[in-house]
Amino acid sequence: MGAAAEVTVFASTRTFISSQNQSRSPCIPSRMIINLRQNPATPITCSMKSPFEHLSTYSSTKSSITPLSATSVSSPTTTSNFHGLCYVLGDSIDTDQIIPAEYLTLVPSNPDEYRKIGSYALIGLPSSYPVRFVEPGEFQSKYSIIIAGANFGCGSSREHAPVALGAAGVKTVVAESYARIFFRNSVATGEVYPLESEVRLCEECSTGDVVTVELAESRLINHTTGKEYKLKPIGDAGPVIEAGGIFDYARKTGMIPSLSPST
Amino acid sequence: MASAAIASNPSTLLKKNELGLSSFSSSSLPIQISKRRCSKKVVSVMAPSQTQRSPSTTGSVKTAMTMTEKIFARASERSQLNPGDNIWVNVDTLMTHDVCGPGTIGIFKREFGENAKVWDREKIVIIPDHYIFTSDERANRNVDILRDFCTEQNIKYFYDITDLGNFKANPDYKGVCHIALAQEGHCRPGEVLLGTDSHTCTAGAFGQFATGIGNTDAGFVMGTGKLLLKVPPTLRFVMDGEMPDYLLAKDLILQIIGEITVSGATYKSMEFVGSTVESLTMEERMTLCNMVIEAGGKNGVVPADNTTFKYLEGKTSMPFEPVYSDKQARFLSEYRFDVSKIEPLVAKPHSPDNRALARECKDVKIDRVYIGSCTGGKTEDFLAAAKVFLASGKKVKVPTFLVPATQKVWMDLYGIPVPGSGGKTCSQIFEEAGCDVPASPSCGACLGGPKDTYARMNEPQVCVSTTNRNFHGRMGHREGQIYLASPYTAAASALTGFVTDPREFLQ
Repeated sequence: MGAAAEVTVFASTRTFISSQNQSRSPCIPSRMIINLRQNPATPITCSMKSPFEHLSTYSSTKSSITPLSATSVSSPTTTSNFHGLCYVLGDSIDTDQIIPAEYLTLVPSNPDEYRKIGSYALIGLPSSYPVRFVEPGEFQSKYSIIIAGANFGCGSSREHAPVALGAAGVKTVVAESYARIFFRNSVATGEVYPLESEVRLCEECSTGDVVTVELAESRLINHTTGKEYKLKPIGDAGPVIEAGGIFDYARKTGMIPSLSPST
Repeated sequence: MASAAIASNPSTLLKKNELGLSSFSSSSLPIQISKRRCSKKVVSVMAPSQTQRSPSTTGSVKTAMTMTEKIFARASERSQLNPGDNIWVNVDTLMTHDVCGPGTIGIFKREFGENAKVWDREKIVIIPDHYIFTSDERANRNVDILRDFCTEQNIKYFYDITDLGNFKANPDYKGVCHIALAQEGHCRPGEVLLGTDSHTCTAGAFGQFATGIGNTDAGFVMGTGKLLLKVPPTLRFVMDGEMPDYLLAKDLILQIIGEITVSGATYKSMEFVGSTVESLTMEERMTLCNMVIEAGGKNGVVPADNTTFKYLEGKTSMPFEPVYSDKQARFLSEYRFDVSKIEPLVAKPHSPDNRALARECKDVKIDRVYIGSCTGGKTEDFLAAAKVFLASGKKVKVPTFLVPATQKVWMDLYGIPVPGSGGKTCSQIFEEAGCDVPASPSCGACLGGPKDTYARMNEPQVCVSTTNRNFHGRMGHREGQIYLASPYTAAASALTGFVTDPREFLQ
């Protein structure tokens, strides 16, 4: 899999398929990536996601898309939930670890290179992290939720960082706190949903735990340990995420005109 | 945009947990809480932070703003705003380079249309600098992408390079973007400068708001000339005292980062004032502001003064209007330093806040020294290194790589006489000391880069570097060990083959 389905639809909601645990399920993860085009006349078939269209919960005028394949675990994934295996990181995971500089020649707005960036996600982690995030030869990770300590994403302003995680299949990061440029880039691109925990989840969860993140309830459930945790509300970034990213927010608030079909 | 918004209400200024400033509670604790094992001796170089008094009830302080707040106010055409406000600001200058430019251009075209025009062809500065002197095809292609776009859009400022084999054959090529911006007069007091690079904060040295943004934000600015930004509260750093002759701005910022940690300034502005700051040259102020991001800071500012205006003479003909913090402006915290008590420092692997005294690391054997980057590859940085080599008269014990930030810096190395040397240039002194020949100007190995990048660390070695980050793998090899230091300390270390306090040679 890996390749995006080349589909142009006008849906604002879609459901996520949870990453499968390869050892337990024969299901192959399938991701139908929908490119919400403002410009129906020239559909672009690429694997770029428009910011957060999959998370939009406000639109009532557009139809929703049901998942193509069911998940292998019991909790259904809906538009307001993320469900899957978590990968646990410590404090101050910087952008050089998320995507080392040598891979920055890849241009995220190019579909093939976007995919390649995903294959290198977290490849810069030191050997103190024995579990590899993306297996060699793969483009996506089996871990769709990242749990991290403080100051996640510190260092460079490279947008390749949230892009790498998103391209690798990460749906959300639940960190104790964020470095600001990474947080901003996550919101602007829609690649990962940046959530903050109230406690040090990185000390409560282990890589491989099955978790559910419930957006509406601001809650994380660790099915493996049986514990639940409160998450912090999204805060100021909320309106931007709700709108679908910085461009959609700007269009919604009249700051920039909507893209006309003729362009 | 974090959910932990800093309220401007004075009564919440002392919320230690949120701000991560627990070391500096208002219960006057002059003792630095030693987070690192090496610092056994307790040295107080900082008075406890003092938060601003509650505003008086006269109401007159309502309009008092910090420098950064004033820049935001003017850029958003408001008379008043508060930290925490999310506002649309007008951007004066947008910078991008070869690593993030292509992605930014892709987003610009996707969102505004294939035939869209940039908001202002004179306000975008495109500077290839990261992966230039390499045979990596994608890296080379990325510079071509920039060129095509600049031609299509008739971008006024594009510092192009076409002949990779000889940088001098490219009259437009500059080198490291942040230094080029300054040298070419794009940094002006009171303005808003955004760049697709985290060290864009360097330009705060000119008394402007400058910060790093990602491709998507930059694509948005490219089309509109505006961006939605959150007004940051300001941390004030007051540095007084005469700068000792073995200390450089790099030591000052390492001192600060070590104090407040890599997240100590997250979402905040860092304002640098005091007699020491006033005595610093523009390049030293740039070094100071350059590493604001390493403390998580949104931006750094130094008030513009005669030093600034003199530097700008002949570089820019555009009018500018500096702004200054009001006397009654509210700061989140204030830190005071007696510079005479600060000693040469390093940031040990693997974090810029892993601060240690250089002299306490004298048993650390090193494999190489790197002098370069926007942080430590400016003309004055090389003059500083040359001063140490000159004082020693000996040869370096480890490979010592020199990467001038820009063409101009490179020329200065071969042209400017080093004080006290009897007319020798930096290049001559470096040659006599056995350093490598100064390389083609670019970001070089500061961030590793393609495998064939000059001075890239391809083996797990120990390096003393004048660069800005030392996270795992920063300069190439994942297990490499990087000690961040000033040019003085780097040169001294090169001479001994160990991490070395420059006072060994300068006193």
